[in-house]
Amino acid sequence: MEFLEHLGLGFGVAMTLHNLGYCLVGVLLGTLIGVLPGVGPLVTISMLLPLTFGLAPVSALIMLAGIYYGAQYGGSTAAILVNLPGETSSAVTCLDGYQMARQGRAGAALAAAALASFIAGCIGTLLIALLGVPLAGWAIEFGAEDYFSLMVMGLVSATVLSSGDTLKAIAMVVVGLLIGLVGTDVNSGMERYTFDVPELADGIGFTVLAVGLFAIAEVMKNLVEPESRTVFRTPLGGMWLRAAEFKAMLAPSLRGTALGAFFGVLPGTGPTISTFAAYMVEKKLARDPERLGQGAIEGVAAPEAANNAAAQTAFIPTLTLGIPGSATMALILGAMVMNGVQPGPTVMTRNPELFWGVIASMFIGNALLVALNLPLVGLWVRLLSVPYRWLFPAIVMFCALGNYTVNGSTMDVYLCAGVGVLGYVFARLDCPPAPLVLGYVLGPLMEENLRRALLLSAGDASVFFTRPISLGFLVVTGLLLLGVMLPRRRRAAPLAEAAP
Amino acid sequence: MRPRLLSNRDALAGLLFVTIGAFAFFAARGYPVGTIAEMGPGYFPRTLGCLLMLLGAGVLARGLRSAQPVEGRWAWGALALLTVSMLAFGAGIERIGLVPALALLLPIAALAGREFRPLEMLLLTAVLCLGAVAIFVWGLKLPYALFAWRF
Repeated sequence: MEFLEHLGLGFGVAMTLHNLGYCLVGVLLGTLIGVLPGVGPLVTISMLLPLTFGLAPVSALIMLAGIYYGAQYGGSTAAILVNLPGETSSAVTCLDGYQMARQGRAGAALAAAALASFIAGCIGTLLIALLGVPLAGWAIEFGAEDYFSLMVMGLVSATVLSSGDTLKAIAMVVVGLLIGLVGTDVNSGMERYTFDVPELADGIGFTVLAVGLFAIAEVMKNLVEPESRTVFRTPLGGMWLRAAEFKAMLAPSLRGTALGAFFGVLPGTGPTISTFAAYMVEKKLARDPERLGQGAIEGVAAPEAANNAAAQTAFIPTLTLGIPGSATMALILGAMVMNGVQPGPTVMTRNPELFWGVIASMFIGNALLVALNLPLVGLWVRLLSVPYRWLFPAIVMFCALGNYTVNGSTMDVYLCAGVGVLGYVFARLDCPPAPLVLGYVLGPLMEENLRRALLLSAGDASVFFTRPISLGFLVVTGLLLLGVMLPRRRRAAPLAEAAP
Repeated sequence: MRPRLLSNRDALAGLLFVTIGAFAFFAARGYPVGTIAEMGPGYFPRTLGCLLMLLGAGVLARGLRSAQPVEGRWAWGALALLTVSMLAFGAGIERIGLVPALALLLPIAALAGREFRPLEMLLLTAVLCLGAVAIFVWGLKLPYALFAWRF
């Protein structure tokens, strides 16, 4: 039972007192900040990134993973109580969750969300443990050209499946690749795009980019739109589900988990699509579809399960192949690199205690979420009424100070301010920031593998098409591109239908 | 009504990409290119610069055709104030110390909001400064001077 051995190793790492502590702190901080109005998981993670540096890599990743699913969870609390989705993936939860809250059953909706997330989280984590080993075992055979093609596929699928304009998303990837080039070239030792600024010799820091692009730019965006939210003031109602309600949410949770797990593994799809898909399935299967949107419990359970399962299984391509499927995963991957862990299939063999420790911590973290959040919900409700005019100066402060602490460099603070402006301009022009981060994270690896592959083949570029694995990735890439160029209307349809 | 170029969302995005691509290409002109088998440090940057210019041109062309306007307002004021607040913090932290630098950053940033209440801001600044010192200096033991005078 190799699998049990691995899990045993993982729990051994995760159950040490200080790792348990980091898991708890991560989950708590993630929920705390994720629940604040106008602060989604991306902002939360990028803001808290600097806090994890200086920890041992395992602890840092355990804490980050905790922040990640804590923030996801906080987002659904805000969705149910305030009808305010912190991010697109909790938009569907608003539909029925908020209706339930208005009917005085906010407590039941929160409990359903928590339980569905817990079920999905556990199954998703099991899947990582089961699928990770064979996937990494297969990937370990990859040559440089296979890697290059795999990364091309990862980047293209991330852009194709992200909502919005594909051409712009690809351009954003290229911008990210260029930003990734800043610094010293590993092959020749030559400095590129540093313009004789000594601080740039090591490149533009990952936190600088993440914080500027996601946190600062988000604050700038939020300041234009007038703040409008009504915090739910009526009693929450019982936190416990009735037996009938529990039965009603069980099957939808499992269906949601299955859908979420499927979409989570596909690079580039991520939680958002899976929540819409799960909601659609419930609507199709319901005996009286009219009920969905009026406060049906399965309308909360299925998308929440899908959301969480996808969030969990998104770790599979990230941890085993080093291909992050979403902006959040790109942040986690970037944090791995910053902590000196080279992402990719060798993580599992080279750092087994890291890999399995993080996996095991996910079981613990998911359990902590349920155990903590149901009793603490009163506190979260109060947090939801903190006005944004208090929050955003605090966010800016945390971003500036956090960035400074990473290298003790004021240049990082200046750069971060600049990236924030750029990020805001991009957002205004409807250019998605996630592909940029993916390009930045994968860029250096991509260039290295491209150069190595062509060096080995003596400059023969056909090697990318003659090696079967590489060819396979490129064919999938081509199909993805074709698919998005042809039927433009099909992709927008589920969104339009799921909206009330 | 067709929006003018300056409010044409996609055309502006295209122009931005072309500019970045051109900048990347020309800034890389001193880097050796090498051959395809042995790429020099200039090979990848120049290729990307060209690619970005092409993509930008495509976005620009499409923007001129579809003519989607930029929605909502630009937050120039907020943009400037937030940027200045971070620059002030960066300039301040090593010269006047952590607490004064934060006491600069917070009110300037807060001015970017629509509602600014001076008294409330004073209190918030005090609370957040204390919080930041507690977390970063006392908690994480980072060696920053709370107050300084180094010019």
